[in-house]
Amino acid sequence: MRNNILYGLGAAVILLLVRDINLIAGFPQEASQGAIFKIIFFHVPMAITAMLCSSVALIASVMFLITRNFKYDAVAVAVTEVGLAFLLGNLVTGSIWARIIWGVWWAWDVRLTSALVCWLLYAGYLMLRRAIEEPTQRAVFAACFSIFAFIDVPIVYLSIRLFRTQHPGPVFFTSNGSFPPDWTAAIFGPLGTLMALMMLATVLTVIRLSQEDSQRELDSLRRMAHAM
Amino acid sequence: MGFFRQALVITVKDLRAEIRTKEAINASFAFALVILVLFSFAFDPLEDTTRDISGGLLWIVFAFAGTLILNRSFARELPNDCLDALIAAPISGAALFLGKSVANYLLLLAVELVSLPVFGIFYNVRWTTQFWQLMLVLVLGTWGLTLIGTFCSALTVNIRLREVMLPMLTYPALVPVLMGSMQLTMTLMAGKPIGPDMVPWLKLLAGFDLVFTAASLVLVEIVLVG
Repeated sequence: MRNNILYGLGAAVILLLVRDINLIAGFPQEASQGAIFKIIFFHVPMAITAMLCSSVALIASVMFLITRNFKYDAVAVAVTEVGLAFLLGNLVTGSIWARIIWGVWWAWDVRLTSALVCWLLYAGYLMLRRAIEEPTQRAVFAACFSIFAFIDVPIVYLSIRLFRTQHPGPVFFTSNGSFPPDWTAAIFGPLGTLMALMMLATVLTVIRLSQEDSQRELDSLRRMAHAM
Repeated sequence: MGFFRQALVITVKDLRAEIRTKEAINASFAFALVILVLFSFAFDPLEDTTRDISGGLLWIVFAFAGTLILNRSFARELPNDCLDALIAAPISGAALFLGKSVANYLLLLAVELVSLPVFGIFYNVRWTTQFWQLMLVLVLGTWGLTLIGTFCSALTVNIRLREVMLPMLTYPALVPVLMGSMQLTMTLMAGKPIGPDMVPWLKLLAGFDLVFTAASLVLVEIVLVG
């Protein structure tokens, strides 16, 4: 049953992405930037999905520390891995965009740098997990570090904002933006890329969760075998 | 015994052990010297541009040298199961952590204070012109550095690859502290006082220290005691 829902959701993601890419390809080119501008339809939703993932990781980590239920630990690691993948996608698309528009691959401005530091922090989280053998200790330490990392990210952002930035400000839902409504809908609409990517993140997280389940089962079987 | 008295006992114990063996502080200072020398090959120390970025170099030296002290902080309790005894002692994990943090803080400050004149001589920087403001930056920045470092030291004490993991976890988390301290130190090294444009950095440092002191005192109990 669970697998069928997963396959259904996966198929829906593919259909949605095909639809969105078709739609976006049909949009006219942006006046000053040309075709490269259309990278925004994936660049922005990837960042939002990654942020959402780190928030879920925080909640799962706190819940684990309160309840000591390993389900939450599995959710935290699954969602962190998926979030890292999306953040990497965001960094790579941003880098390609920067190369075309600013002429450099990397521009050390506030959002780029904070995204990179955030990525490094959560990569550290995964490395920490890998280095700890004992499951309970691993879950507790990782949860603590995840909370630490989440607190750090806004401060990192704040600190880097004190430098001058060249990243463009938000263009969505603000009066100073000139983003056409049907373009906004292609990202934020119910069938937009944001929805597609969030569904994709959900599918990946659920797959990763079932791997964690199997891993735990294997661990307990191994322990049983040792006991005999 | 009150909370702070317990922390003080741990601080005194750590400092006494360190002063008797001098294992971390000697290594740390020697390492700081080596990095200072190595930097002089990467950047021409006689050029004015090097003097402009020297505040930044200084904090990289402090961060690297600090790792050596922080690495030892909890690791030195591993032989003879001293760490288990400390955790079993009738003090809270937070007091243990605070005591160790303060000990590391004082040790790192000592290394920094000895490194500063050496740095001034090697790089021909007049670092004393804004002495008290520089001390303020040093006090705030080093507390952030030690706090994160001691917390991560507690996280990594029992794991394999401890020496590798500590910098991997600490440096990304330290970005705001290092950035603020570097910006402020660069201004002060140039002989300028902290003006209104630099005050936000000072606030950032103080805010970071406060937020993470609170967060780590709450979380460290879980890390140490479980």
